[in-house]
Amino acid sequence: MQRETSQTTIPFWRDERVLKVLGQIAFVVLVFIFFSFIFQNMKAGLAKQGITLSLNFIRGVSGFDIAETLFPYDRSSTYLQAYQIGLLNTLLVSVVGIFFATILGVILGVARLSTNFIINRLAAFYLELIRNLSLLVFLIFWYLGVFLKLPKVKEAIIWPGDIFLSNRGVGIPWGIPTASFPTFRLILLFGFFLALAVFFSLRAYSQRTGRAPLTLLWTFLTFVVVALLGWVILPEKPLMIDLPRVEGLRLTGGKILTPEFMALTSGLTLYTAAFIGEVVRAGIQSVSKGQVEAARALGLNGFQTLRLVVFPQALRVIVPPLTSQYLNLIKNSSLAISVGYPDVFYVSNTIQNQTGRAVEMIGMVMLTYLAFSLITSLLMNWYNKKIRLVER
Amino acid sequence: MANIDNVLPPLTERSTILRWLRKNLFGSWLDSLLTVVGLLIVYWAVKGFLTWAFTVAEWRVISANLRLLMIGQYPIEQVGRLWLWLAFLAFLAGNSFGIWARRSWLAVGVLALPAVLALVFPFEGSARNWLLALTVIGAAGWLGGWTKPEVLKRSVIVGWVIALPVIILLTHGFSESTTGFWTVARTNLWGGLLLTFLLTVVAILFSFPLGVLLALGRRSELPVVRWFSVLYIELVRGVPLITILFMAQLMLPLFLPQGMTIDRVLRAMVGITLFSAAYLAENVRGGLQAIPKGQYEAAQALGLSGAQTMIFIILPQALRLVIPILVGQFIAVFKDTALVAIVGLLDLVGIAKTVLAQPEFLGLQREVYVFVSLVYWVLSYGMSYLSQRLEERLGVGKR
Repeated sequence: MQRETSQTTIPFWRDERVLKVLGQIAFVVLVFIFFSFIFQNMKAGLAKQGITLSLNFIRGVSGFDIAETLFPYDRSSTYLQAYQIGLLNTLLVSVVGIFFATILGVILGVARLSTNFIINRLAAFYLELIRNLSLLVFLIFWYLGVFLKLPKVKEAIIWPGDIFLSNRGVGIPWGIPTASFPTFRLILLFGFFLALAVFFSLRAYSQRTGRAPLTLLWTFLTFVVVALLGWVILPEKPLMIDLPRVEGLRLTGGKILTPEFMALTSGLTLYTAAFIGEVVRAGIQSVSKGQVEAARALGLNGFQTLRLVVFPQALRVIVPPLTSQYLNLIKNSSLAISVGYPDVFYVSNTIQNQTGRAVEMIGMVMLTYLAFSLITSLLMNWYNKKIRLVER
Repeated sequence: MANIDNVLPPLTERSTILRWLRKNLFGSWLDSLLTVVGLLIVYWAVKGFLTWAFTVAEWRVISANLRLLMIGQYPIEQVGRLWLWLAFLAFLAGNSFGIWARRSWLAVGVLALPAVLALVFPFEGSARNWLLALTVIGAAGWLGGWTKPEVLKRSVIVGWVIALPVIILLTHGFSESTTGFWTVARTNLWGGLLLTFLLTVVAILFSFPLGVLLALGRRSELPVVRWFSVLYIELVRGVPLITILFMAQLMLPLFLPQGMTIDRVLRAMVGITLFSAAYLAENVRGGLQAIPKGQYEAAQALGLSGAQTMIFIILPQALRLVIPILVGQFIAVFKDTALVAIVGLLDLVGIAKTVLAQPEFLGLQREVYVFVSLVYWVLSYGMSYLSQRLEERLGVGKR
């Protein structure tokens, strides 16, 4: 029977399988035509301006200064070096921003769920206030309206702990490495490995016995104790504390954080923290009340309930949206250009203005951010998988 | 979210003020400490802000430049055209409220808003009259919708559909003569809140169908289409909006054939549209994934074709599910349009910069940016509040 019906097969122009292949071929052809049209136009347009696409220009001498650099750089460096400096600045802002935004966000999320009326309302007010603002306006306000409006250097506000606030920057105490610093670095390295050893042995212990020791706390304490011992034992202090001070018309000593850096990191932190706060709140609320009650019934105290029951379950809900908030922070750090902080986008914009290489520079910047996004989401996916293993 | 807050706990004890204070503010010593610290923060912040706002701040920078902040350098002779489409929108809104939300304080609030603004803020004489007129027109529309809902239903829907072309046409004008009411107002004259509004509306309206197409493409059975959609969505979501805006400003003219030009406002619109389409696609995909397979099978069993299944069965349900998320995305688009100031357009943020460049208003950054923030905040919050109320009324996401 099968054979007989196959005699009267449907014609190929009505065969779904053939149609699907044809449809895809047509789609590819259309997309190809569209992009080659665009590309031809672009080539013709660039040829008219006397430009051919190439990346050779990045070896040229940049000839411009960058206000803030983590590594030595001057105007005789190449464009590529300038780009790398910008890249490092973006990384710096992102890491600092993510660190503080996470802490503040967790505090806000917990405060939002507090039974204390005042704390609860304060957190809610903050979240509503920030989440309905435009980040760009927020950053500009923070820069022009706060950090540049601080008093002049001579009248700088001095906070306890020798923190100088002035319109030329914020000075904080900072350590200057002395002769014994290399030894101290070795000690720190030793402490790091010792802490790792403690971490793994405690985890093995927990898996063997089913008990749940305070792994992270002990790991951290090990590191701190080793570092402190090193600090005390060494004959010369490894770091000399350098306090900021006013010298004539400028701040010197310590570490001077520019208004641009401060505005960008504090703006990004405060803004992203509000979104992280919402994520944390939703995560904690997703753990059903019965879980807490059951934990209490088993005799766990408040802290144990949080650590052993609520948090592991909340984390699973929190991590995916938290990842996207981290990614948002990294991408939003490109708004540095609005406050004049030389991140990778700002630097690439300068390079592009100098060389006229718009296509190449935009391509490079986009690839850079894509790489950031990809790495972050890979890391977080890996972490997400790890905490999922807790599940049955 | 709102519902959880609305549910009252069972009354187990007589609640008195003292008991409430004890329970919510001074439960333990830690609680009491937090309360005191919190109150101190509130006192310090409120006092600081009020002192600044009423004694230090010079609000004349806002009142003197209100017009610039609202519409930029839009020609004075043609401002009437903007009021015309605002009146059109007010009438439509009044009509819609009259038909679909009759007894709602929300409707009253929205319709009365222009009049309240006119009475509270120092608008020029004609602007004040127009604002008052908007409320009157809105109220007229409301009455019309109330009395003849069946007759007006169709025309109101048509009105909303043609609203955007009408707005663009009236804003742009069509007469080539150099003077007169209908003279073309070039896009480089569009500015302030007007430009922000137009960018937002255009981006939302065009990115929506594009986003739905991309979401369908991502779930398509055809691998080529699927991979293309995935590539587009992930590529756009992986880069900051500002790079896309720069690409639109610098590279879009290069992509076009020789001799064809595209003005800068349009470039920004294209950039934001392409950007938000990728995000919308992900939101819509969330809705599509939530539709059970039975719906597809039932549609097939009824003899609907693939396209019919999508249009009549799947999409209406999927979109309905994600309306709250879509509104959130639209608000994000509104906030993101501020970024066009970085590529040199004079939207609300861009025009704030030019206001501060005037010699008599040097150093008033706080006032100007507090005002700009306030505008963004009120509009974003208003949008989310309005949509929440509408969702409650329509029972979105609860079926």
